[in-house]
Amino acid sequence: MRLCAAAFIFAALGALPVLAAEIPAADRRSGYSFMSSDSKAMQDDDTANPGMLAVLEGETLWQTKQGDAGKACADCHGDAATSMKGVAARYPAFDAALGRPVDLEQRINICRRDHQQASPFPNESHELLALATYVAQQSRGQPITTGDDSALAPFIAKGRELFMQRQGQLNLACTNCHDDNWDKHLAGSAVTQGQPTGYPIYRLEWQAMGSLQRRIRGCMTGVRAQAFDFGSPEMVALELYLMSRAHGMPLETPAVRP
Amino acid sequence: MAALVNVPPKAKRGAVVEIKALMSHIMEPGYRRTAAGELIPRDIITSFTCRLNGAEIFRADLFPAISANPFMSFFTIATESGKFEFEWIGDNGFVANAAANITVE
Repeated sequence: MRLCAAAFIFAALGALPVLAAEIPAADRRSGYSFMSSDSKAMQDDDTANPGMLAVLEGETLWQTKQGDAGKACADCHGDAATSMKGVAARYPAFDAALGRPVDLEQRINICRRDHQQASPFPNESHELLALATYVAQQSRGQPITTGDDSALAPFIAKGRELFMQRQGQLNLACTNCHDDNWDKHLAGSAVTQGQPTGYPIYRLEWQAMGSLQRRIRGCMTGVRAQAFDFGSPEMVALELYLMSRAHGMPLETPAVRP
Repeated sequence: MAALVNVPPKAKRGAVVEIKALMSHIMEPGYRRTAAGELIPRDIITSFTCRLNGAEIFRADLFPAISANPFMSFFTIATESGKFEFEWIGDNGFVANAAANITVE
């Protein structure tokens, strides 16, 4: 009997497609559309959206002189409303000096090191998330353009490979849930398509702001895999693939998610 | 600490107006432990007050079960023009203030 069950499971696994079907452009949906009306209302009202607190704090940081150079972001970049418009919508972007893509948080820390001569903010720190949220909010409503730069192609391919690769004790790839089963539920929660349209997000479960990397690490721990380190090349490649996968979808930062 | 208050700038006399106030705070309940097993001390907002021209119109006590970044929404009747003052008081000497003006016609 046990042998029979094992054979059945083996057959079921064997029947799974090797490469999952990607979501057609017309069927792509932001995580917003899976939320309850209460959570949607929270995101839509700028005086109720807790992510706006991070925007306010980021605005203060933007104006604050930092590091040995004694410069504020605003001293070089001026008014973020014009200089940062559309920037977050094209990140992660290719850095010619490093020869690899960097995400928005890494770009902020590179700027701190090179131009402000300040120590980098730690990953997921309050300040780094606030500044990234403030910068990304300047692109709210703009279509995501990540991946337009042809230099990114090999890194997007690497991210796609990671997205399709089974991992962890549950032996699941990102694609098994987020391409194949996004219209279903996992316990009480919607699976969603994993479109990164609103990062950094205010996640109600975290009661705080968090980056796309933190969210990905949550999923990886969920399938009982060893999560990629913050800022690792694999993590940035995955971020890059996810953003290019959401090409053309409007940015919502700061998004609220359950 | 960042605060977001939303008061309609203008209202008709006698109209019901909604006031919203969002405050940045971790609201650490005091029951959680670190990975090393040490208790994380309580750090919450304990009191929220709203005054119109110095007269208290709304007060709330807050407790550990309230989530981070508490959001308050309440209603009042527009009786006079003036200044709404908001005050949050909490553990470890936490005090934060915000203000907004309303014109009643």
